[in-house]
Amino acid sequence: MSMPSETIETHTLSVLVDNESGVLARVVGLFSGRGYNIESLTVAEVDTRSRLSRITLVTSGTPMIIEQIKAQLGRLVPVHTVRDLTVEGPMVSRELALIKVAGTGERRVESLRIADIFRARVVDSTNDSFVFEIVGKTGKVEAFIKLMEPLGLVDISRTGVAAIARGSEGL
Amino acid sequence: MSAETMPGAKMVLKALSEQGVDVIFGYPGGAVLPIYDELFQQNQIRHVLVRHEQAAVHAAEGYARSTGKVGCVLVTSGPGSTNAVTGLTDALMDSIPVVCLTGQVATHLIGNDAFQEADTTGITRPCTKHNYLVKRLDDLSRVIHEAFYVARSGRPGPVVVDLPKDILLGKGTYVPMNRVGKHRTYQPQMKGDLKAIETAVAHMAAARRPLFYVGGGVINSGPAACQLLTQFVRTTGFPLTSTLMGLGAYPGSDPQSLGMVGMHGTYEANLAMHDCDVMICIGARFDDRVTGRLDAFSPGSTKIHVDIDPSSINKNVAVDVPIIGDVAHVLEDMMKVWKATQARPEKAAMESWWKQIATWRKRDCLAYKTTDKIIKPQFAIQRLYEATRDRETYITTEVGQHQMWAAQFYTFEHPNRWMTSGGLGTMGYGYPAAMGVQMAHPEALVVDIAGEASFMMNMQEIATCVQYKLPVKAFILNNEYMGMVRQWQELLHGGRYSESHSTALPDFVKLADSFGAHGIMVDDPAKLDEAIAEMIAIDKPVLMDVRVDPAENCFPMIPSGRAHNEMLLGPEDAGDDAISDDGRMLV
Ligand SMILES: Cc1ncc(C[n+]2csc(CCOP(=O)(O)OP(=O)(O)O)c2C)c(N)n1
Ligand SMILES: [Mg+2]
Repeated sequence: MSMPSETIETHTLSVLVDNESGVLARVVGLFSGRGYNIESLTVAEVDTRSRLSRITLVTSGTPMIIEQIKAQLGRLVPVHTVRDLTVEGPMVSRELALIKVAGTGERRVESLRIADIFRARVVDSTNDSFVFEIVGKTGKVEAFIKLMEPLGLVDISRTGVAAIARGSEGL
Repeated sequence: MSAETMPGAKMVLKALSEQGVDVIFGYPGGAVLPIYDELFQQNQIRHVLVRHEQAAVHAAEGYARSTGKVGCVLVTSGPGSTNAVTGLTDALMDSIPVVCLTGQVATHLIGNDAFQEADTTGITRPCTKHNYLVKRLDDLSRVIHEAFYVARSGRPGPVVVDLPKDILLGKGTYVPMNRVGKHRTYQPQMKGDLKAIETAVAHMAAARRPLFYVGGGVINSGPAACQLLTQFVRTTGFPLTSTLMGLGAYPGSDPQSLGMVGMHGTYEANLAMHDCDVMICIGARFDDRVTGRLDAFSPGSTKIHVDIDPSSINKNVAVDVPIIGDVAHVLEDMMKVWKATQARPEKAAMESWWKQIATWRKRDCLAYKTTDKIIKPQFAIQRLYEATRDRETYITTEVGQHQMWAAQFYTFEHPNRWMTSGGLGTMGYGYPAAMGVQMAHPEALVVDIAGEASFMMNMQEIATCVQYKLPVKAFILNNEYMGMVRQWQELLHGGRYSESHSTALPDFVKLADSFGAHGIMVDDPAKLDEAIAEMIAIDKPVLMDVRVDPAENCFPMIPSGRAHNEMLLGPEDAGDDAISDDGRMLV
């Protein structure tokens, strides 16, 4: 008799998997095959001895879809755990972006000034370009990119979101 | 002590026999020749040479569904594995445990577009429960043991093991089953949460219009689960309906059984689904063939859902009491709680619920008009049922009207006697599946209730049946149409029968003859019983061409996009407006 909610929510999931060949294809194939959204996905080995990788996924959907996504992920054989960081309490999430801006004169100075405000670092510089490195929440990264657009934005490379629960407990 | 080394191909067979495999359905090719060579040199495992790899998988499915064991398939690389894909998808959709070994080009050739190379793990990733590519000989025996574990545990399904030829030829040390440790990640939950079970029982005890809705998960859980279900349902006195996949989990002739639910389910089952106040769903998955229009599905009921697969819960329908666990385990606990709490649903409420059901039953929704001029397909199945009900009979089907009529008119009293392609709806499933059943039950009567169009999708397997002396009976309800397609065209497309006529049919009697099987043709209702008796008596594969009324439609029917209380009961309901525009978009 329960009426499912239709509101779209964004959730950050942390999925611990065996680092074996094909595991990422399984996860990505699950999302494309079932029509779920992936807003961001990062993956890297986090435990070399047990060969475990952590996949951090940002996805969106109705509460019922989010539950489905977690259950479907949990059902993949190489998946150890699926944790919903959005539901499970406070988390820290960050992404890193490298942003190339080309320009001279006033625009160049302005980009440097804004980078300073955002605590973005200059990691490469030529006479007419900078590469900035910015770390922060997705919102901050996006705000910075927006401000760089009129100042000669050339290229963006983003890592996607890495996230972890706050506090002393491990996942 | 150093263990004996052996070629990979030998390890494969050793692992299979340790896993209890007694028969493999397969087809050879270059990449798997080492395994065929090992097969030749042993006599523990039998090999059945099919005539198409799709049939090998369906045969393994039939074997698995009729025994509860894992079915085993062996095919070569490239076309062997791509041919198996339909069967694998079928097994995935119906949760059937199958291990399919596929050959692969040697590891150093992978990715080079080598002869008969296909990205088998890539192709089969979405159509298997899990798959493996064995790249190291040291992993080989463990992977095979693991494949069987994954295939049979939790919600069962097909598992592919892709075997490069160099791995099969290389020499290594076999790792026995008991030396492979517990699986690192895959540990399905068997016991249900006791709190949830107590809540469920409380809802059941307070129910005024309860209904059990059971599916293939009960059968997959095993004969003990079916027995527990039967006891529990009888203890509660509640009515029960079954999905297509669940037929036989509860005795079909029992007065508490309302028959099948869903698109071609009975009037009483569907109205009970719509009107019940507590629904106890056990091992079923709220499939769209069952629910009809979702927003009108059983609007007033509290829903309890028992399933071993957490992803089945709240997928299509939001449930109130989810219970994750194995059906047998959960039913055992439910029964205990029911007894301990001395649950007694209100008598007056139950009486009036059964009275309501009785009025629905009076509609006699499966009634059809018989004539003595032409064989009605429903009549043919009824006669088949009467002639075979008292022996050990296994029924498989193809896909179409005949499949629905088989579900409606053949009564299943026991689990594992009914194999049909439910989730995928694969024409061509039934005949090879029957072969697999017959391999597992050589003495039993195995009948494929077929449509003429479906039968032609895997009829090359007549040769397999003849070769292995499998006396499978193909009971072909020949209406000279893809009847189900014709029915939809009649109801949805103004009777424009586009490409649905079975033109240029073979003479099935001659066809049987040419393979060395036995053929029978019958078109007279008065001769039907005699023909069926002949079919049963002959200890050979039989093709029985039953010429049935080509115009007959399958009712009741809930058209796509309609609710359970909007059924079409017969041709008189099937007017032009029977199906809405929205419904037309659905399959
Ligand atoms: C492999 C495959 N192709 C197409 C379909 C679509 N389809 C469903 S039923 C059907 C007609 C089946 O005809 P027949 O076997 O003669 O059975 P009948 O409905 O006449 O009893 C078709 C084409 C299918 N289910 N499977
Ligand atoms: Mg037909």
